This record gives sequence, C-alpha cells and structure tokens, in this order.
Amino acid sequence: MAEVESAKSTGVSKEAPVSPRGDPRLGRGARIEVTDGALIPGRGEKATFSAWRISFFGALALLVGLFLFKPHPYRDIMLFLPDGILKTFEVTVMSIACALIIGLFAGLGRISRVRIINRIATIYVEVIRGIPLLVQIFYIYYALGKLIQVPDILAAVIAMAVCYGAYLGEIFRAGIQSIHKGQMEAAIALGLTRGQALRRIILPQTVRVVLPPLGNEFIALLKDSSLVSILAVSDLLRRGREYASKTFDYFEAFTVVALVYLVMTLFFSRLVALMEERMNQRGR
Amino acid sequence: MADRVRIVNACKYFGKVVALRNASLSVKPGEVVLVIGPSGSGKSTMLRCINRLEHLSSGEIWVDEDKVTDHASDIRKIREEVGMVFQSFNLFPHLTALENITLAPRVVKKISDTDARDLGRKLLARVGLSEKETVFPEQLSGGQQQRVAIARALAMSPKVMLFDEPTSALDPEMIKEVLDVMVELAKEGMTMLVVSHEMGFARAAAHTVVFMDNGEIIERGPPEAVFAAPKEERTQRFLKHIL
Ligand SMILES: Nc1ncnc2c1ncn2[C@@H]1O[C@H](COP(=O)(O)OP(=O)(O)OP(=O)(O)O)[C@@H](O)[C@H]1O
Ligand SMILES: [Mg+2]
Repeated sequence: MAEVESAKSTGVSKEAPVSPRGDPRLGRGARIEVTDGALIPGRGEKATFSAWRISFFGALALLVGLFLFKPHPYRDIMLFLPDGILKTFEVTVMSIACALIIGLFAGLGRISRVRIINRIATIYVEVIRGIPLLVQIFYIYYALGKLIQVPDILAAVIAMAVCYGAYLGEIFRAGIQSIHKGQMEAAIALGLTRGQALRRIILPQTVRVVLPPLGNEFIALLKDSSLVSILAVSDLLRRGREYASKTFDYFEAFTVVALVYLVMTLFFSRLVALMEERMNQRGR
Repeated sequence: MADRVRIVNACKYFGKVVALRNASLSVKPGEVVLVIGPSGSGKSTMLRCINRLEHLSSGEIWVDEDKVTDHASDIRKIREEVGMVFQSFNLFPHLTALENITLAPRVVKKISDTDARDLGRKLLARVGLSEKETVFPEQLSGGQQQRVAIARALAMSPKVMLFDEPTSALDPEMIKEVLDVMVELAKEGMTMLVVSHEMGFARAAAHTVVFMDNGEIIERGPPEAVFAAPKEERTQRFLKHIL
C-alpha cells in the first residue's frame, strides 16, 4: 500500500512523500495519512469516531439550544449569518476548483522531464509554500489592484487558488509518483505516447489515491477562506464581525461563527472519511 | 531470410555498471530464442533495449527494416510491432480484463469500439479466459493475469514478442498454464525472445538458447547442444546450478 502524506506536513522537502510498499503491481488501495487539518474519523478508529460524534452533535445541539432558549441575541445572529455561509461556500468552491486546475498543472510540471517546466513548477511550489496565506492574500489583492480592477471576491478566489494550487500540486505529484513505474512502461510498450499513458493509465489511478487528501485540503481551504474577510468579502466571519460591531455582542457573535465553522468542517471530514472507506472497501 | 531482430555490438552502461558489453544477436522470423544467465547478467536490459524502454549506450538494434537506435525512426510504430510481457504482469488495475486488451488498439490504432471488443474477446478465448471479460486484474490469479497480459500484447498484432521472466512471479501450479499459452504461440510461428529458466519451455519450444553472463553473450546454439554439451566453462558452471 502506498501512503501519501498531506502536502503540508512535508514542509519544503523535495523527496516524494510516498513510500510504495507491498505489491508493486497494483497502484491501488492506497491509504493516505494526513497530519494537517481535521482528524478524519474512520469507523475503524472508535475513539476518534465517538469524539467526532460528541463534537458534531454537541455543536449542533448547542446552536439549536441557543436559538430556542436564548433567542436574544442568538436568534438574531443566526438569522444574520446565512448570507455569509453562502459566501464562504462560494469562495471555497470557486477557489478549490481553480486550485485543482493549477494544482494538476503544477503536479505535472513537478514531474516533467522538460527541465524548464520542472524548474518553474518547483519554484512556484517553493515560493508559495514559503509565504503565509494571509500575506499572499494581501499581496495578490494589491498587486492585482495595480493592474486591473477586479471584484474583491475574485481577488480573494485568485489568491486562495494560487496558494492552494501549490499544495494540491504536491498531492498530485505524490499521487502520480505512487503509481508503479511498470504501469507507464506497459503503456509505452504498447505504443501509447507518454501523454496518452498519463491520461488513460496514470491519472485514473492517481485520482483514487489523491481523493482523500484533496478532500482534506478542501476542508483546510474552507477554514482558511475566513482570511478573505479582510478583503471586504462578506463571508461567514465578516458577517459575524458586522453583526458584532453593530450590537457589540462580540462574544455571542463569534461563538456562533465558531460553532458554524465547526459543524461545517466536521461534516465534511466525515464525508471524506466515508469516501475513503468506500474506496478501500471497493478495493479498486 | 532477413533478420526479424538484429542486435549489433550493443553496449549499455548504467553509470559505471556495464549491463551489456558488445552483445550481438540475430533472430530470424519465427525463431524462438531463450535467454538464460545469472542475475544481473543483462538479460532484461537486452530485451528492454529492443523496444527502447532503455536506450543503448552504443551499438545498433534493428526490428526488420526499422532501426530502433535511430532517434529519427518512429519508436511508437516499432513498439506497436514489439509486444512485451513483464515479470510483474503490469496489468492496468482500473480496467477490466477486456479493457486491458482493447485499450491500445483503440487508442493507438484507433479501431472502433466494437472491432476492439471482438478482437479482445477472441484473444481472451485464445488464452482460455473468455469468462473473465468483465473481471478486474485484482480478482484474477497470477497465472490468469499473465495470460491477460499476453493477450494484451497480442492485441497489437506484434511481429516479435518479448517475455521477461513471465513465470517467475507465479506459484508453481500456475506456471504451466502460462507456458502452455507461450508454447502455443511459438508453434503458430511467433518470433519470441524469452528470458526464462523454465526447462519445460526450452524443450517444448525454443529453437535457440542464448547464455549471457556479465553483460556478454557467452554462448548460443540449439537447446540440445547448449544444455547437453555447453562449450564454454561459464555456461557449464551456470547450467550445473539450474539443472
Ligand atoms: N535502471 C537501472 N539503473 C542502474 N543499473 C541498472 C538498471 N537496470 C539494470 N541495472 C544493472 O544492470 C545490470 C544488468 O541488469 P539486468 O536487469 O539486465 O539483469 P538481468 O540479467 O535481467 O538480471 P535478473 O535475472 O536479476 O533479472 C545489473 O548489474 C543491474 O544492476
Ligand atoms: Mg531481469
């Protein structure tokens, strides 16, 4: 079984964070260990799973309880926030979509045999991983502002996508490299071009390996999307701040914001875990 | 008759390691060549240079009229004509047995899906696996996987088949089913280069045995001669080991 670590946990190491073990014929059934982001509760890990249940349903119950029994100010806050939740999702989904495209190219670039492409991809990954996301968001926002006038939300999405593209690129690279080299050789020996082999043989197998870590990056991005609230994008966090600055209920507003983020990330963690379980069961 | 495969003064270095030293070998159409020799003697390297999975350091290789070692020649065309079977099968795990076979004809030769399917079914029948059409490699035994891999290579209608230790990853009880398919193929007139130490196959199908050691071709001849009365001392010593 091959293991792909989360891109983030590998720091700036250039080594492939993959150690193919076991049957090299099958580039499948790969398991992915993630050290960043939310804990993934698989059903196998009872303790984690019950911790997940307590947190998820606890947070949910707390929200409902506050809504019902302490309507002032919680009901008002909760009615004020949904726009922000939508915005957070909008930013997250658009960012991850763009980041996937950037990441795929970065990953392919990182394994390219063309020196210049390889160099560019590697520099991109190293530079991006070396700068805090918040700084990047500021930087891209003002850099873009010097060139063209773009809506705040677009600037935010671009900044997030450029940053996460580097992390996703490392996941794609590790995923591709976890496929046994006999697969490429068999395809080439049949007369396929490297490109055809990549598309028909390597990438379909890579998808299986990278889906769970990609799911975790999605969750990480969902959380990091709160940073874009500094760009006048009215996401969940900013809506919370807006409410609080009107009513001065800072504690209450941020309590709800935190609980909503928690419910969302725990929900998606569970989804990723289920997906991973299904894939391991199906065995292919 | 012109040679189907001609290797002339082939040398291959991996850094300081010499994998092939001045190896020369001609294979006639329909000839079945068994390549034997100790581990690290360059058997795989020689095979892998024929379809340019490895590049020769010097020397020339020809497949019919096509010069493999010429960078101007269309290597993909040559690879279509040279089938290869690997020790570790290398089946595509995300594709069914049938899809494994039909992929290259569809993608490389651009034949229609229905034609490819017919071809695939015929080949599966030929290796005795008609009922495994929709099965994924993981659910096949090693012997069955290797038979699918042979069918996959045959789907491109190659002129030459290369087998690199096709049975050494198999449990003993599965070796025969794979060898049977190979012997059948040899009888039908396929040109074959086979790296293997299976004496059964040597007796049943090989026309020529080539003994390699340390990157060199030490001795070649009909199996009876090489096995019964090896001329070279190194061959004698090696045969004592494996017989
Ligand atoms: N990709 C490679 N990089 C470096 N050295 C290699 C490589 N491939 C083969 N070699 C070396 O070249 C020599 C010949 O190897 P080769 O695999 O051709 O031998 P072989 O006869 O097939 O052996 P075996 O019976 O173990 O398969 C060996 O010394 C091997 O270590
Ligand atoms: Mg070998």
